[in-house]
Amino acid sequence: MYSETVMDHFKSPRNVGKIEDADGIGEVGNPVCGDMMTITLKVKDDRIEDIKFETFGCGAAIAVSSMVTEMAKGKTLEGALKITNKSVVEELEGLPKNKLHCSNLGADALHQAIMDYYERKEGRTKPKKRQREKVEPLEHREGRCYCPYCDVELAEEAPTCTFCGKPTEHRHA
Amino acid sequence: METVYLDHISATPLHPEVKRVIIDHISHSFGNPVSQHRVGDAALEALEGAREEVARLINANPEEVVFTSGGTESINHAIKGVALARAKKGNHIITSNIEHNAVLKSLRMLERMGYRVTSVPVDEFGLVDPDGVKKAITDETILVSIMHANNEIGTIEPIAEIGRITRERNIPFHCDAVVSAGVVPVDVEEMGIDLLSIAANQFYGPSGVGALYIRPKTEIWPLLDGGMQEGSRRGGTHNMAGIVGMGKAAELARKEMPQRMEHLLQLKKAFIDGLGLIEDVLLNGHPTQSLPNLASISVSYVEGESMVLLLDEEGICVSTRSACASGSLRASHVLLSIGRDYAEAQGTLLFSFGMTNTLGEVERALETLKEVVATLRNISPLYRKEG
Repeated sequence: MYSETVMDHFKSPRNVGKIEDADGIGEVGNPVCGDMMTITLKVKDDRIEDIKFETFGCGAAIAVSSMVTEMAKGKTLEGALKITNKSVVEELEGLPKNKLHCSNLGADALHQAIMDYYERKEGRTKPKKRQREKVEPLEHREGRCYCPYCDVELAEEAPTCTFCGKPTEHRHA
Repeated sequence: METVYLDHISATPLHPEVKRVIIDHISHSFGNPVSQHRVGDAALEALEGAREEVARLINANPEEVVFTSGGTESINHAIKGVALARAKKGNHIITSNIEHNAVLKSLRMLERMGYRVTSVPVDEFGLVDPDGVKKAITDETILVSIMHANNEIGTIEPIAEIGRITRERNIPFHCDAVVSAGVVPVDVEEMGIDLLSIAANQFYGPSGVGALYIRPKTEIWPLLDGGMQEGSRRGGTHNMAGIVGMGKAAELARKEMPQRMEHLLQLKKAFIDGLGLIEDVLLNGHPTQSLPNLASISVSYVEGESMVLLLDEEGICVSTRSACASGSLRASHVLLSIGRDYAEAQGTLLFSFGMTNTLGEVERALETLKEVVATLRNISPLYRKEG
């Protein structure tokens, strides 16, 4: 079910661990959705000098974390902010549909860690907050609504999925 | 690398004897048991022979057994068939919090049609309180559906006690025995069951065939309308290869059950004893009142799928939860019902043993599990924070 690249990153994850005197920390997810990710990074001359991750989650979540750290390492902060969840999946040669969003928190954790770095360096100009990635509409089946990311049934008015926490958009076909 | 298959709750391999009768049947017979000629008669004989064996496995009469395409069809048939047939008598159905999705989703469909469902809770071992079922009964109750053994934690429910209550109140009682029939004794008379769902692939028979026991005079509609097959209770041409295989598997399960149970309990005990080597592992389900072939564990700080994938890399085949729910990312409703938190529920593994497994295989599985857990805990942000 997983691509070879995903299995490679899952079985031999790169950059595992935690930088103790990190310049920025990003934490996303919660155990309810089954995935939690922490990214710590060291910055030197506006460049990501070192980056590490810790993840509680499925094979996809671990592979995503590993890949995003590989992609970000050595990049400038501006460059790293251009990494998206989508581009991580592309580098991994795809993920199964039901894992596409739930387990795909890598770029979110990375961006949070970079924002954390900027916030710690008060007085520096913060770059524009990155645009939120496209929000998928809820899936409608048999008169009920389902989260497009994790397929959990949701009440009509739920602004975010009660299980995976992803924002959802209510659009009726 | 030798494969160690410890996922018998998902599917069992065909017993060699079962394989032999299936091949024998399809080599010599193609007839339709409904046909009124000698070719049909030969098929009819095979069909009725299989029916007798399935009936004996559950202490029923052959004419009370309806062959189906498996556990899911049997369950859908029992629940929807009784609800529709008894709609004029009431609209209330009682079930438990830890049923299989085939039960839950059948009931959800009925709720959309206007039926009301009461789901009784379970204790920390996953046991249904028969008194809770009794208290949930109203004048409108037309069906009670409680599983015999749970497919994710193995707990065996007090079915006979619930059967006495439903018998007293004259309410049809459906029991989902898909993971227990053919593994542990099931007796529809002793247990007061009116409808029982079973599947052949849980006891070394083929996939895609099962049966529904229907007590005479139970008000029930067919799920599949069609021809006169199965006494007009289930239309459709018989899956003869599957049915003869199920018959043989039922016969073997009945005859070999004591030896199989002893062997399985020995494997399960060795596995549970060996778990002491890994810290922060919880055993799910009832310590004694449970299936002999299933050990369900929750491993703290790590997630189930990642353990399954790494175990598979080492040749150990297990599952995170029932095969039917494996596409779902949601934490198991069964594990949440017995009080596990989300992280524990996500870190659950099912080890289910079979009659060809050995103590050596259990030992290898334990050693590999220990390594896999250590690898994943090293990556986990939960482990260092809490550990």
